[in-house]
Amino acid sequence: MEFFRIKKDIPFMRHALLFNIISMLTFVLAVFFLATRGLHLSVEFTGGTLIEVSYAEAAQLEPIRRALGNDGYPDAQVQNFGSARDVLIRLPNREGLDTNGVSERVMATLAGIDGPKAELRRVEFVGPQVGKELATDGAMALLLVIMGIMIYLAMRFEWRFSISAIVANLHDVIIILGFFAFFQWEFSLAVLAAVLAVLGYSVNESVVVFDRVRETFKKKRNMSTPEVLDHAITSTISRTVITHGSTQMMVLAMLIFGGETLYYFSLALTIGICFGIYSSVLVASPMVMWLGVSREQFVKPKKEKEEAVV
Amino acid sequence: MNRYPLWKNLLIGLVLLWGLIYTLPNFYGEVPAVQVSSGKATLKLDPAIVSDRVAEALRSAGIEHSGIFSDTNSVRARFAGTDLQIQAKDAIERAFNPDPQDPSYVVALNLLSASPAWLTSIHALPMYLGLDLRGGVHFLLQVDMPGALLKRLDATTGDLRTLMRDKNVRHAGITREGNTIHIRFRDAAQRDAGRNAIQASTNDLQLTDRDDGADDLKLIAALTPQAQQTMRDFAIKQNITTLHNRINELGVAEPVIQQQGPERIVVQLPGVQDVAKAKDILGRTATLEVRMVDDTPGALESALAGNVPFGTELYTERGGPPLLVRKQVVLTGDRLTDAQPGFDGQTNEPAVHLTLDAAGARIFRDVTRESIGKRMAILLIEKGKGEVVTAPVIRSEIGGGRVQISGRMTTAEANDVALLLRAGSLAAPMEIIEERTVGPSLGAENIAKGFNSTLWGFVAIAVFMCAYYLLFGVVSTIALAANLLLLVALLSLLQATLTLPGIAAMALTLGMAIDANVLINERIREELRNGSSPQAAISAGYDRAWDTILDSNITTLIAGVALLVFGSGPVRGFAVVHCLGILTSMFSAILVSRMLINLIYGHRRKVEALSIGQVWKPGNN
Repeated sequence: MEFFRIKKDIPFMRHALLFNIISMLTFVLAVFFLATRGLHLSVEFTGGTLIEVSYAEAAQLEPIRRALGNDGYPDAQVQNFGSARDVLIRLPNREGLDTNGVSERVMATLAGIDGPKAELRRVEFVGPQVGKELATDGAMALLLVIMGIMIYLAMRFEWRFSISAIVANLHDVIIILGFFAFFQWEFSLAVLAAVLAVLGYSVNESVVVFDRVRETFKKKRNMSTPEVLDHAITSTISRTVITHGSTQMMVLAMLIFGGETLYYFSLALTIGICFGIYSSVLVASPMVMWLGVSREQFVKPKKEKEEAVV
Repeated sequence: MNRYPLWKNLLIGLVLLWGLIYTLPNFYGEVPAVQVSSGKATLKLDPAIVSDRVAEALRSAGIEHSGIFSDTNSVRARFAGTDLQIQAKDAIERAFNPDPQDPSYVVALNLLSASPAWLTSIHALPMYLGLDLRGGVHFLLQVDMPGALLKRLDATTGDLRTLMRDKNVRHAGITREGNTIHIRFRDAAQRDAGRNAIQASTNDLQLTDRDDGADDLKLIAALTPQAQQTMRDFAIKQNITTLHNRINELGVAEPVIQQQGPERIVVQLPGVQDVAKAKDILGRTATLEVRMVDDTPGALESALAGNVPFGTELYTERGGPPLLVRKQVVLTGDRLTDAQPGFDGQTNEPAVHLTLDAAGARIFRDVTRESIGKRMAILLIEKGKGEVVTAPVIRSEIGGGRVQISGRMTTAEANDVALLLRAGSLAAPMEIIEERTVGPSLGAENIAKGFNSTLWGFVAIAVFMCAYYLLFGVVSTIALAANLLLLVALLSLLQATLTLPGIAAMALTLGMAIDANVLINERIREELRNGSSPQAAISAGYDRAWDTILDSNITTLIAGVALLVFGSGPVRGFAVVHCLGILTSMFSAILVSRMLINLIYGHRRKVEALSIGQVWKPGNN
């Protein structure tokens, strides 16, 4: 079996502008949705109480809402979680709410409703001060990843590569966030972990292509820069698709079997993987070209050093 | 050129064998067990003696066990079923704690690995499951440091008064204002004397002068930064000790109580389902305070009318009349070394016997000597609200630091108070800022979900790889399986906590790890396409792919480390597995797969073709 039978290098660079316009559009859309709709942050970030209960038969949400409203939680959100028998109750933190015994009191309220008994599955309470910290920690982690990868790529390759790779992959991150904003999917800590993992992972992709670019520059003296990039992308495309396909199979298994908890995690990974291929091949490479990469930077080591300092 | 030296093959083989051994315990599952550990800080558990006593208790009760194990802190006995386990717990409880009111040992239900003893003896233990997989309660507590600081300043205010009196320094009042203590003097000579007295007795205070008028001279005292730091460290350490003692009362098998950051404490209670009780015990932020009762005639009446005199507070004695208590604290629970329930020697009423440390004993002696005939109130402060437990009249000077609280208590109440006081007062109040409870059914479900995802993902990748790359695909799959084996072995060895995000990381890492093998296989195909001989293609394929694999793994590792550094809770669980997985994948994808390929092809004289799937060449059709 051999999926890819490519006779000539595909002229990716000829259409570079088009690809970048598409990217730009998606990016702007993502930013737009992030700005207008915002992220639907999970209880871990906003603070509040989350209670998951399970019933023996399909649960009636309306009586639960009414009972909670009567018992002093008019702002409780009640919804099904995964199946009709599982119910998720969210209570935002607010002034004057005694957070210490919330879960007990809610369970008492639920026990007061006629019908089947609720079984407590999970409680999550996050105080307001924790949420803020998680948000800053997340931002710090993102920053550290970006810095670390940029420094590594600049050392290992060239500053042009490091800038292109980071721009391409940040654009992925924004697009994932844009999806979460558009569909109002819940953005939890697990999703944040997925986003950062994707960042590291799709930089891989750029690294593989860049590796080829460097090698081609050294080996083939008669190719122009766009030709070198085309050649590098074409000769790695088979590996790109197979690797991402394999990773995606794993993620798909999580999406199907992982249940509600891993659902958004794997969803974020799915989007990240798809856009990761696109951006590292079709966004990062043109950027390298426009930033003015050339053979001299790789062939003559002395000049390369000077460039690296600049 | 495609042969590994013998030592390299042996080394890889040994690593894999090691992986297999340390992964093994995870397959045996867990059996019910009973765990005995010390319930008191003062009681050191001697594993050998306790083991014998456990065996003896079980023998006399006629309960069969399948092994008794001990480590430095606890002794555990395994049982065939949960019925036996519960019977055994009762039997051991009776044997070890003859007085249930005052348990010396914690006897708790637990689960133990069912793996054979030889595995346990080389520390091959199953992975440590997080709360989201085994069920339990997780709390994050925040210590109220500003509160602790105020408390310390209040106590210091009292100390300064005593000091001034002892040194015969005349002052015009000592008060706490915000985070400083103001000492007023009428003349500069007294202020100098005061300053000298304070500086001679303590280094913790920073003193500054302030003149608000000719006869209103002030000395402003503030805690030095070092003193504040020491106080913070002390407060959090004391709170952790206190929590340890309290949780021992709960009988949890493997509680986790750890400091997180400068002012937070994580408490994890695996297997605990009764959240209300757990919270009740943790949340008992009770502290003991001894203060004087204000017996000024008429003061109580005016307080009851709504006009509480300055410097006093209105309380109601437990089961008794209201009384007015001075705000100034004579003594706090910090000075307490022991509290035991008992009976009053004369009246035979239930009582609590307190033992104070040296400093506490001295203060208590001084106060009682000066206040004979007056009343003293003993307060329990819980969650900012105080309750006067008792307000006895001081009959005589009490020296030696032995104090008895009695009056209007039942035996049970005396026990409660003693327990609460003995468990140690908290140095500073705490607040629960994060709570996570996972039911046991959800935990089991999470394991199944995580396991299924990993399994089916793995199967899908394996099928694809074998179909696409044939023999090289089989080798890649074996390498991937070796990666999983090593990862699980490493997690078991480190006893890192495995959570659901951790399982997700395991699946994801496997999905990513196959990248290395794809890179290698594609490279080999390319070399073949360019006309290399099979042996040369293998060698060049592995060599050329190495750089790329290294680069791409390092970038992934950078992301993993960032998550590890800044992540908390679920993210950290993810990051640990992710980082370890990247490291093991480098080993397995390159060395293990190369070894297998070398064993298959390296020894043949002539290799006609490689079983790597069809290699299509542009010129062929």
